[in-house]
Amino acid sequence: MDLIKAIEQEQVRTDLEKFNIGDYVRVHLKIKEGNRERIQVFEGTVIARRGSGIKETFTVRKVSYGVGVERVLPMHSPKIQKIEIVRKGKVRRAKLYYLRERIGKAARIKEKLQSKAAGRVTEEETAAKPKEQAGNENE
Amino acid sequence: MKKFILGKKIGMTQVFDEEGFVIPVTVIEAGPCTVVQKKTVENDGYTAVKLGFIDIDKKKKNKPELGEFDKYKITPKKYVKEFRVDDAGKYENGQVIKVSDMFSPGDRVDVTGTSKGKGFQGVIKRFGLSRGRETHGSMYHRRPGSMGASTDPSRVFKGKKLPGHMGVERVTVQNLDVVRIDGEKNLLLLKGSVPGPKGGLLLIKETVKTGRR
Repeated sequence: MDLIKAIEQEQVRTDLEKFNIGDYVRVHLKIKEGNRERIQVFEGTVIARRGSGIKETFTVRKVSYGVGVERVLPMHSPKIQKIEIVRKGKVRRAKLYYLRERIGKAARIKEKLQSKAAGRVTEEETAAKPKEQAGNENE
Repeated sequence: MKKFILGKKIGMTQVFDEEGFVIPVTVIEAGPCTVVQKKTVENDGYTAVKLGFIDIDKKKKNKPELGEFDKYKITPKKYVKEFRVDDAGKYENGQVIKVSDMFSPGDRVDVTGTSKGKGFQGVIKRFGLSRGRETHGSMYHRRPGSMGASTDPSRVFKGKKLPGHMGVERVTVQNLDVVRIDGEKNLLLLKGSVPGPKGGLLLIKETVKTGRR
């Protein structure tokens, strides 16, 4: 069993940003076209994470031209260039499959706001979303 | 057949290739094996090499078996298996064969092992026959079907698929890709699954399939 763990551990990526269920993310994927390589961004909500270790995958869902699109991506895939977290979601489920049956306003996810004291909010975010900061203080 | 080695199944996992695609792999601890005996045309009528795998206490072997090892001062081995080769002269008695000497990524291999025991099984699991209906008054669910014609043969033909013991038999899987080799840890990673339980003995040979070697 240790031999297998060693093989898996070699490939685990620690450089990617950590995210949670309900987060709105931008996944930068390396796409190969012939000899050329380009970056494609897939943007959406993380609705599920499953598996562990090297076998872990996550599902990103977005609605494109009124059609729901989901991509299941291996967490440690070398095809992922980087993961950007646009917005953190506040959810009470590990799997957000209920979003599949919802459209528009009903499919929104509450944003998780971080306290100023925790110091996790970067300057950029504070500048971009001053209103949310205010809401945060009330909580 | 030139390439061969003995191995122990460790288990399955997955790896990413250069393109970033996931490949399901079986991890095998292959070798190091020791040449225990060479068979020659003059002596035995055919050429082959006998390999020993996994050191074991000599108490666990009987005297005739130990004689084989004592001849060339080899530590007793748990498994001894014979591989047919064209030229046994290339190998020396007592020579240690490592997986990195034999195989390289991109090779194709056949893997032989003993399948997992399934016990006494019916015809659906054992031979993949179709089943009867569950409902609509059917009382014929998982039975083997007709035994054959009546008076004319007056017997059931040999080979009729009936329930019985399944598994624990020699199974060979052909044409598996060698994905990766770890010379230090003696690991061989093959694409796909191989027969048998974890810890089971495997015979790994260069594939008999032509055209894709």
